[in-house]
Amino acid sequence: MINYIVKRLLLMIPVLLGVSLLVFTIMYFTPGDPAIIILGPSATQESIAQTKQELGLDKPFGERYLEYIGNAFLRFDLGKSFFTGRSVSDEVLIRLPYTLKLAGLAILCSLIIGIPAGATAAMNQNTWKDNATMFGALFFLSMPAFWFALVLVMIFSINLKLLPVVGIETWTGYILPVISMSVGGAAGIARQTRSSMLEVIRQDYVTTARAKGQKERLVVIGHILRNGLIPIVVVAGNSMGTMMGGALIAETIFSIPGMGSYMVNAISKRDYPVVQGGVLVIAVCFSLIMLLVDIVLAFVDPRIRAQFSSKKKKGSAAKWKAAA
Amino acid sequence: MKEAEKLLTINDLTVEFTSDREIIQAVNHVSLEIYKGETLGLVGETGAGKTTIAKSILRILPKPQGRTKSGSIIFDGADLLSISEHEMRKIRGNKISMIFQDPMSALNPVVSVGKQISEAIMLHQKLSKKETKELAIKMLEMVGIPGARYDEYPHQFSGGMKQRVIIAMALACRPELLLADEPTTALDVTIQAQVLEMMAKLKEELKTSMLLITHDLGIVAETCDKVAVIYAGEIIEYAGVEEIFDNPVHPYTLGLFGSLPSADGDKEKRLKPINGMMPNPARLPGGCKFAERCPHASEECRSNEIELADTGEGHLVRCMKCSLVKEAR
Ligand SMILES: Nc1ncnc2c1ncn2[C@@H]1O[C@H](COP(=O)(O)OP(=O)(O)OP(=O)(O)O)[C@@H](O)[C@H]1O
Ligand code: SF4
Ligand SMILES: [Mg+2]
Repeated sequence: MINYIVKRLLLMIPVLLGVSLLVFTIMYFTPGDPAIIILGPSATQESIAQTKQELGLDKPFGERYLEYIGNAFLRFDLGKSFFTGRSVSDEVLIRLPYTLKLAGLAILCSLIIGIPAGATAAMNQNTWKDNATMFGALFFLSMPAFWFALVLVMIFSINLKLLPVVGIETWTGYILPVISMSVGGAAGIARQTRSSMLEVIRQDYVTTARAKGQKERLVVIGHILRNGLIPIVVVAGNSMGTMMGGALIAETIFSIPGMGSYMVNAISKRDYPVVQGGVLVIAVCFSLIMLLVDIVLAFVDPRIRAQFSSKKKKGSAAKWKAAA
Repeated sequence: MKEAEKLLTINDLTVEFTSDREIIQAVNHVSLEIYKGETLGLVGETGAGKTTIAKSILRILPKPQGRTKSGSIIFDGADLLSISEHEMRKIRGNKISMIFQDPMSALNPVVSVGKQISEAIMLHQKLSKKETKELAIKMLEMVGIPGARYDEYPHQFSGGMKQRVIIAMALACRPELLLADEPTTALDVTIQAQVLEMMAKLKEELKTSMLLITHDLGIVAETCDKVAVIYAGEIIEYAGVEEIFDNPVHPYTLGLFGSLPSADGDKEKRLKPINGMMPNPARLPGGCKFAERCPHASEECRSNEIELADTGEGHLVRCMKCSLVKEAR
């Protein structure tokens, strides 16, 4: 298992190199010159050339890229913002926790709502409970998150004045962003929970558990849900990725100083170091989440766990062969 | 045997499944009884309703498709079909337990086999955690699996070992009645013999009664005291094992047993296929359900409902031409 985790962590390096090259290239070909944006439309050719030189934009593409990844990967230095001059790494360290907190709370909410809802639907298949839950899930799944966020603000903040419109100075500020982010995830998880539980309900071992005299509630939790959990974990992991994207929208709407608002701003201003650094950090988060999903899966399913150890065995068999 | 106490009495049991707006009459007016310490064999071709009878006894028919439409199942003086779910749970896995047909799918793949046995023990016996585990390990060893494999998962066991785990689980609470649904069908011949021997030994030790479902007439001859032959959800012949092997009466039973020399005959003998197919249980014909395949069938057979009649000494047969068939034999 440890071997596997180390291998996965090492595999992240080429992935991140690829991501950084992609973003670097896209930004390179994106029209719009940061020097002109900094200096304004009335700037002279000379001052533009000088600013470009200061920002290092006059060097050729290859050199700039190599310099960038050298700093980023060896010194963990993501450069400075073209506009504020502040270190991107420092800024990310301040902003990332907000985004992670939002996405984490949202995924937690999605699970807490989605799994019981899906389980109830599955255990009452084709009854009104099932139909109502699935209708609700479809409704929330097809509703745009930003629109829902605005509706929530209108009702709870502006009309009822119960919650703050923007900002997260107090914990109440988190309520609306988290709700607006989690409904879609909850709906997706509810649908997945329902379908994977229906798959499991028909299995013989569920009948075995009942034949032992186990209580229905514990049959559901200990046998049905436990087996149905595997695809649910995968979906939850994927929606954690989507949540990071959802956080960008929620942060913009609710003026939360997280990664989202930071990057949206930077993209429109062609603040290359901020965009590149931000994407790289989010890619790291993604990879770590996917690794976490695989670890949780191994925890839930002994058959997956067995694959890890058999991989290790194969490795040692290869070593023996090499030694012989 | 007549002096022995009745353990289970099924009266007029009828079970239906609803699927795709069709009503499947899986079990029709079945009555049978099992005495203490006795083994009743239930034989019949696939789809005859054998598993459904066993599941009805434990009230674990698939919901919401399956339901017992009528009848009673008297066990220990109480009707299992009318007691509360709470009372029923105390009986399941404790006084009555079941060995399922397919060992490959009857164990939960994400729970260790030891825990699955412990679960059954914990539900019915007031033991500490340590004692529960000790008993589970003892059960594993009793069926010939090293106790050290307690923490292993079903995918680490072969089919035969899984079946042993299921047997250990079923016997953990020393049931009074064991419903064994083709306990050896999924196993190869050598392991079959081992598992059967083991079950016979355990049965002897625990004084358990058994309802044994099987396709294998060799096993019937070897282990059963009485036999009920099921066809299209009905009992068509019901007698002591010697009697049914020596004097089969119903044309269907004759077809199945016909080629068998005697009760202690060829062990490998399986039910002999008879030409034709069982009627669709969603559209059962009136009259004798076997008429379509019966060489003695006449208009009379198709138009009358045929009763299960005693042909002497408790040998029950559902055929209106018993005497004729007997002569023809
Ligand atoms: N869940 C179900 N839904 C609908 N019909 C069912 C269901 N389970 C069983 N049946 C039907 O009930 C009838 C009896 O099935 P059962 O499983 O009791 O047969 P069996 O005698 O055990 O056969 P086998 O020897 O193949 O195990 C069959 O016609 C089958 O199609
Ligand atoms: S009742 Fe008639 S059709 Fe049915 S088994 Fe007897 S002889 Fe055959
Ligand atoms: Mg069956």
